Amino acid sequence: MPDQSTPTASRPRDAALNTGVGRVLLLVYGVFALSASARALVQISTHFSEAPLAYLLSAFAGLVYLAATVGLARGGPRGRMLALISCTVELVGVLVVGVLSVVDAVAFPDDTVWSRFGSGYGYVPLVLPFIGLWWIWRHRA
Amino acid sequence: MNGALSTVTIVAALVLAAWYLLRAALDRAPSRFDLLAMAVFGALVTVLVVVAVVGLFDGSRPQETGTFAGYLITTVGFAPTALVLAKMEPTRWGNLILGIGCLILPVLVLRLQQIASVTGA
Repeated sequence: MPDQSTPTASRPRDAALNTGVGRVLLLVYGVFALSASARALVQISTHFSEAPLAYLLSAFAGLVYLAATVGLARGGPRGRMLALISCTVELVGVLVVGVLSVVDAVAFPDDTVWSRFGSGYGYVPLVLPFIGLWWIWRHRA
Repeated sequence: MNGALSTVTIVAALVLAAWYLLRAALDRAPSRFDLLAMAVFGALVTVLVVVAVVGLFDGSRPQETGTFAGYLITTVGFAPTALVLAKMEPTRWGNLILGIGCLILPVLVLRLQQIASVTGA
């Protein structure tokens, strides 16, 4: 696919906001940032004591998605670093939590975005960090 | 939740999603027709949400009313948001945005149905 990025004066060249694919990526990341955080907010505010670990994890996942969205959108050295860190955390998170939720289901009585490799979300959480990292890799300096 | 209306919405969303993904794959920017179809679909979703809100005031409420309300707000706002974003992106990616929007909406409707089916005292 051709890269038709048209850098503006104010935005770094690798800001995802500049290109069509990037905007699609941001839309998906934004949806996940919203759904993970909203879910955590409801869970923590209504029945935190039932599964504190899972709910704190939901909140953490929401923050990571938010950071990844902002990092990818901004681009530049700092945005890149932010996106790289958060996408890596995301990848490690979905893999570790995915394995743990299958092996040790008792520790995860309630679902998070990352449980069972994100099967509750159509495995999108498993694919998303790869796309994010691919984006960063493709736009490396 | 109105079962028939939900089913119609989900089927319409999936048909539209296939159409937009095809258009994106063929490297077409959203046409007037594409944008209009999304607007009509958004109106259908709005009807569904209005019916669900009316349902809250006569009959049994879902146990998690707060979550239900949150999903309702997200659902009603989703199609217009995708439409605005697609208008800002007059390339094939605009159609991909519409396609993804039409793939996420059925999930939202399914979640609404799930939450609505658990009614509390």
